[in-house]
Amino acid sequence: MNEETSEIKLTVNGDLITKTVNVRQHLVDFLRLELGLTGSHLGCEHGICGACSVWVDGLVVRGCLMLAVQADGGDVTTIEGLTETGEIADLQKNFVDRNALQCGFCTPGMLMTLAELLRKSELSSREEIREHISGNYCRCTGYHAIVDAVETTISDRLGDS
Amino acid sequence: MDQVLMLLNEYGEDGQILAGGQSLMPTLNMRLSNPQLLIDINHLHELNSITLDDNIVRIGALARHSELALSPIIDMYLPLIADAIPHVAHIAVRNRGTFGGSVALADPAAELPACVLALGGTVVLQSVKGIRKVKADDYFLGLYETERKPNELLIEVQIPVQDPTGLWAFVELSQRKGDYAIAGLAFIGTSEKQFIKTAKLVYFGSEIKPTLAKKTMAILINTRWDDNTRKLIAETLGRDLDPMTNLQGSAKMKLHLQKVLTNRAIDLALKREKPSR
Repeated sequence: MNEETSEIKLTVNGDLITKTVNVRQHLVDFLRLELGLTGSHLGCEHGICGACSVWVDGLVVRGCLMLAVQADGGDVTTIEGLTETGEIADLQKNFVDRNALQCGFCTPGMLMTLAELLRKSELSSREEIREHISGNYCRCTGYHAIVDAVETTISDRLGDS
Repeated sequence: MDQVLMLLNEYGEDGQILAGGQSLMPTLNMRLSNPQLLIDINHLHELNSITLDDNIVRIGALARHSELALSPIIDMYLPLIADAIPHVAHIAVRNRGTFGGSVALADPAAELPACVLALGGTVVLQSVKGIRKVKADDYFLGLYETERKPNELLIEVQIPVQDPTGLWAFVELSQRKGDYAIAGLAFIGTSEKQFIKTAKLVYFGSEIKPTLAKKTMAILINTRWDDNTRKLIAETLGRDLDPMTNLQGSAKMKLHLQKVLTNRAIDLALKREKPSR
């Protein structure tokens, strides 16, 4: 099939990138296949599982429900970029300490989603934490340990400030 | 905008508007839809705003669900919608999905079409021929079927501000918070000393489109919310609704759930009655 392409300019994890992309390619396929950023996972590919969650212009979105061409001019952050900034190093440590992951497939999406909650820097109840990650499936942990890790992170941050 | 309208006019049903994409993109990923042309309208920033204009809240088609959640205008003047938004999918979807997209698609399980109908909103459509306004009562026609013609772009929804002394309630049941509604309703009404004066009930999730329960509404006019009224509406609701059987449950179960939710909605709404002067 003759595929139509388009040139896009965007920022990915702080780097300005110019690429010619297939107009039919969604954002996570672009990140994984063209840029080698394989931290964003593809689970269901129809917006249910949340494994592909990335940030576009500072907000968490489903990477599979957006075309790469739509990110033209945008600012994309993936788990690789967010990890590098150290913004969620404490959350990541608490995930490990509390065994909040087993297979780890959902973890990058989970962290991208939770980072948005943590940016609010206010106390969240367990109920609010659960609601915030209600769009991210985890098939290993039963969520309990994840909520524990988030709760610890929030209380540690508030305690320090 | 001119280019979008010209393309829509040229391609008609073969052209597909891409707004938030939270319903369209899954169908593309799964190869369930194959439009000849996708028209991305995300750069039409004139469709982003939420404004208050002479007691009418004007919600631009591209206002994202998370923007509605943070809007002081929605919070103050359309509390029904403020209550509905947390039920609209999950945070990552709300960050991208649009108000106009939800009303344009008219998914039977969607919250916002039901709110627009309950609040007596008006849908504003634009084509190369100009602008026309369609009342919500005339807009939702059937399963994913609306009054919007293939050459028209939904640009705005206009909703009169809620009566500050009035009642409202939004209730929904879904398997996981943010998942598709199995059953739900939007209630708008007025009351005096816990006596219901007027009531508007719009059901979604169970029906093929947002549905006004007219017979049940008639029973609720000028009535006391007591056991007798509860019994009466439980009997009547089955004549207003015609639930769909699908993966979410049988028609019989959904009718039962809608009865339960109706009780919850009116209980909740009456708690919001302002003390009389």
